[in-house]
Amino acid sequence: MLGNIVIDILTDADLGFPIILMAVLIAIFMTMVAYSTFYERKVAAWIQDRYGPNRAGPKGLLQPVADGIKFFVKEDFLPDHADKALFILAPALSFVVALLGIAIIPWGGYLEWFGSERIPVQVASIDIGLVYLLAVGAMSVYGVALAGWASNNKYSFYGGMRAAAQTLSYEVPLGLAILVAVLACGSLRLEDIVASQALTTWNVFLHPVAFAVMFTCVLAETNRLPFDLVECEQELVGGFHTEYSSMKFALFFLGEYGHIIVSSALMVALFFGGWQPIPWVGWLTESTAWWAVALRIGIYFGKVAVFLFVFMWIRWTLPRFRFDQLLSLAWKGLVPLGLALVAWGGVLAYVGEDGWKEIGPRSFWAPVGELLLLEVAMIAVKLVSRPTGRQTNMPPVAAAS
Amino acid sequence: MADWKETDIVEIEGPRLGAGQMMYVPEILAGMKITLKHLFRKRKGRDRFVVQYPEERREAPETYEHGQKAGLPLRSDGYRGLHRLNRDERGNVACVACFMCSTACPANCIHIEGGEAPWDYREKYPVKFEIDELRCIYCGMCEEACPVNAIELAYEYDLVGTSREEMVLDKEALLAVYDRTKGRKPRLNPPITGYPDTGHRQA
Repeated sequence: MLGNIVIDILTDADLGFPIILMAVLIAIFMTMVAYSTFYERKVAAWIQDRYGPNRAGPKGLLQPVADGIKFFVKEDFLPDHADKALFILAPALSFVVALLGIAIIPWGGYLEWFGSERIPVQVASIDIGLVYLLAVGAMSVYGVALAGWASNNKYSFYGGMRAAAQTLSYEVPLGLAILVAVLACGSLRLEDIVASQALTTWNVFLHPVAFAVMFTCVLAETNRLPFDLVECEQELVGGFHTEYSSMKFALFFLGEYGHIIVSSALMVALFFGGWQPIPWVGWLTESTAWWAVALRIGIYFGKVAVFLFVFMWIRWTLPRFRFDQLLSLAWKGLVPLGLALVAWGGVLAYVGEDGWKEIGPRSFWAPVGELLLLEVAMIAVKLVSRPTGRQTNMPPVAAAS
Repeated sequence: MADWKETDIVEIEGPRLGAGQMMYVPEILAGMKITLKHLFRKRKGRDRFVVQYPEERREAPETYEHGQKAGLPLRSDGYRGLHRLNRDERGNVACVACFMCSTACPANCIHIEGGEAPWDYREKYPVKFEIDELRCIYCGMCEEACPVNAIELAYEYDLVGTSREEMVLDKEALLAVYDRTKGRKPRLNPPITGYPDTGHRQA
């Protein structure tokens, strides 16, 4: 009796499928987050001609387990002067918000669940998928800003304030770059965006500059180097997580990697054709067989892993931006460029399918237009550029008489 | 300050960046190419710099020709590691309990109790000789102060313990360090006193 009810629920496409998928995704996601710390340390070590963790288990593969045990048994210190409630809330918030994003990522195309019609392989298929993801992604700043505030420590506070300014600034070009992809695909549902890339080609070939803008913004949103001013050790002693220890600190770490994974998944969906294995070839798009779904999920996570590597590669290559450089890159560089890209995307969408038959292939004109825009931007930057060194608005100090 | 003239102020023009440099992208890619090259460097490249510590060690200088062992950088000749208390030619502790080292010690980590030597050829010897290795700053002033070169800093550097008490080495422990390390001359630190030493310097 009870067993039948459970089976009914689990075989239901609207109820059981999201629950099972959620369980599977959280398992994959948590493993991936834990191992991305290991991956990061390995990449860092290789880039610096070192070995990285190689003691715990074969090839150091049990290092995340060792780290986890260490974090759990360490003293969980609560500073006397901290705002207790917010201090505890902040790491939980930053981790939960990172987890929320995976709900709408279209991990594996479509499948049939126990005789149902074709349903997308995602926990929640909602009309405003992208808006939801943007909203949840922007909420991640709360974790950092609250941590900085609640620690009641000036360095943490600086970190929190920087996080707020930085995230707010980079939300704008991020939204503009996403808008370009939305204009190209005509939907806010991520599964539709991925499916429409199966018909034409991956958006990165049509909109390379928009992808570059988005990638830069994601680096800033996730507080990764070269934009990690929020926690820079040399200036802020660790920034917002200076006062945190034990598992609370670990939650910030996991939240950061979770945010990176979700952002990478978003970029894969918007610009790299989601689960599609090869651009221009519509292979693996129609099948709803189990092996096809599993393969598509595997491909998706593979692409995310490549993105993770690029994030780490950049982190161990570039030095940190200065804060004014960071903000002027956003407001003077990426926002105008993003606006121009959206205008160009609007022109592309306005011409429409019939128009492209007369003018020529859209896959030619779209990237050409974007690169021209970038060229114009570079020339503009060249024209207004000032020599480095002494700032012109700071005249030399007059000689003392 | 009052001597400053307008001509003393020199305006320096920084290098003017090109458009590519202002847009960051080409320079970033150039940097990423370098790091990628290092990333795919195989074991051989890493082994030039990395010592897999518990299995591999930077050995004392004289055991290898300099730089020969897989390019491992060797420890410097003047390395100041764990203390040792030398023995005289009859195998007894060479220290004459003169308190020069504990007087010279800036960290106050040497504690000596002197007493009459039980041997007929010596007058004084340390009944107790303790060094708190956690307080020690390994400056080497004790060995410079010692008139008979009884205390020296050996090359051992892996000193571990589970309690503070354990890290206070007594006379037996320091003599044991000597027994372990006597095959190697610890430092190229010439005796600065004119006293006859125990002969270990010339070893």
